[in-house]
Amino acid sequence: MIKSLLKTVVIIAIASVSLGARAQLVVDITSGIDDPTPIAVSPFGWSGGGVLAEDISGIISSDLRRSGLFSPVPKEDMLSFPKTPEGVVFRDWRILGTEYIVTGRIEPQSTGYLLTFDLVNVFGQHKMFTKQVRGGQTQLRDIAHRAADEIFEAITGIRGAFSTEMVYVQEETRGGKPSYLLMRSDIDGARAKQIRRFSAPVMSPMWSPSGQELAYVSFETGRPAIFRENLRTGARKQLTNFKGINSSPTWSPDGTKLAMVLSKDGNPEIYVLDLVSNKLTRMTRHFSIDTEPNWMPDGKSLVFTSDRGGKPQIYQLTLASGQVDRLTFDGDYNARPRVSPDGKTLVMVHRNRGVFTIATMDINSGRVRVLTETTLDESPSIAPNGAMLMYATKRGDKGILAAVSLDAGVKYNLPSQRGDVREPAWSPYFE
Amino acid sequence: MLKSVKTGLGLACVLAVMAGCSSNDTKTDGQVEVDEPVTETAVETTDFETTEPAVPLENVVYFDFDQSLLKPQTRELLIRHADRMRAATGSVRLEGHADELGTREYNLALGERRANAVRDFLVLQGVDAANLEVISYGEERPAQMGSNESARTMNRRVVIN
Repeated sequence: MIKSLLKTVVIIAIASVSLGARAQLVVDITSGIDDPTPIAVSPFGWSGGGVLAEDISGIISSDLRRSGLFSPVPKEDMLSFPKTPEGVVFRDWRILGTEYIVTGRIEPQSTGYLLTFDLVNVFGQHKMFTKQVRGGQTQLRDIAHRAADEIFEAITGIRGAFSTEMVYVQEETRGGKPSYLLMRSDIDGARAKQIRRFSAPVMSPMWSPSGQELAYVSFETGRPAIFRENLRTGARKQLTNFKGINSSPTWSPDGTKLAMVLSKDGNPEIYVLDLVSNKLTRMTRHFSIDTEPNWMPDGKSLVFTSDRGGKPQIYQLTLASGQVDRLTFDGDYNARPRVSPDGKTLVMVHRNRGVFTIATMDINSGRVRVLTETTLDESPSIAPNGAMLMYATKRGDKGILAAVSLDAGVKYNLPSQRGDVREPAWSPYFE
Repeated sequence: MLKSVKTGLGLACVLAVMAGCSSNDTKTDGQVEVDEPVTETAVETTDFETTEPAVPLENVVYFDFDQSLLKPQTRELLIRHADRMRAATGSVRLEGHADELGTREYNLALGERRANAVRDFLVLQGVDAANLEVISYGEERPAQMGSNESARTMNRRVVIN
């Protein structure tokens, strides 16, 4: 019985080309849903020597809290610290109103650690599962995030995205000279590390669907050019060097093509570069600005920003027919569209009463919903589970990253302790 | 001898523009042709002979939000730039910029549209398009930091280099 419930999740090491740890982003939750589910992650047992470098149960609690859907019970309020489902005294937890308890045990292994953890339903008085996660010496945080993913999915039915990462741009000024850093971190802002440092601006980082590569725009050659970089090997290739703008690279869902913006023929147009054949195809023909393409999940059409109607609005381009349809009509500035994984919702920068906010639009009904209330919000990037999005905003004059759920119920900030941060790109799942 | 004539001609051009005259569109290459009005104006303004060879022109022009339309004062300034460019050799870089409002990729396009507007105007004034290079930095290189309207006004610009 227990055996059949036992599932081992092995974490595959993702080699990084990091150059040392950097200043981290600190989470600061600003709002959650009205009625989050009370859950207790009882401090895990450790059968090895010394003290573990990371507080695994603490990280799981933080992940669940950041989702906004859970209110983890503080350690100080717990009457006992059960390590197994058998050790749970249900009455004690019912008094606290706790609906779920997580118990767990960490064992040392020759090459790392093994976490065995259980999810217990307090009111039903039954164990929901026992699972295991294994990871290497440096992967304690990965083990915690993977366990949090499993717990989150078991309770909400939504796949967890705590094991994902993000890339972003950080600008620092030293001695009056700006540096532009392409950074990578866990999605909670921890383990931030530099991918590459530039002396000229870098912008528009985008993950490949496999999560192994990035595409971005760098001005290092004196003008904007599109690069692709393998995160595992650090190998890098300049893809375009046309006169004028080379911008907004975005991978097709199958990873074989890159949509981009080039102004080599006079003004910005959308192109698709086939990464296998190297064939470049022009997709739009209009004297206006056409930019910021993003693929629909089926890969059959692109959404993009155009001011062909006089103001920036979002349009959809069907690739097979070349037909262009306007999608947004609400407001005089809608731009930088991103499509939710189910293809039903558009996320965009929307000017609302003079301020730039992040909004969603239901593609079928056209209904727009403003998610944020700060004034300079931009660069929304959706989590692979479609539950949250990360965006860039300003606090004072400083650029910070923030997250909001697609239903606007949950919000948190990730201010950087150093420099200005912007242009977050949420990674896909790392399979 | 030739040098002093050249200086006089340069001065005359500046003065002609200041007086609101439209410039003549003959291109000056190595050979200098001296017309009557040129020598006349040069002689009249003895106090200008100390400023040498000509006052530097303001090299930044500004735009309204989400606009690439050249303002009247911008056009006046660009006419003076065009006069100099026709007389000079070498290429000129037109750097387009945007303020922080709006999205980054759209602003990259907007910066290019502004620089193109300046380029097209200069070409209409007889400047060789081959000598004009357009580059956009969008909002990535603000002239002035800060999230306020005075900084944004300074950042919506094209720099003539």
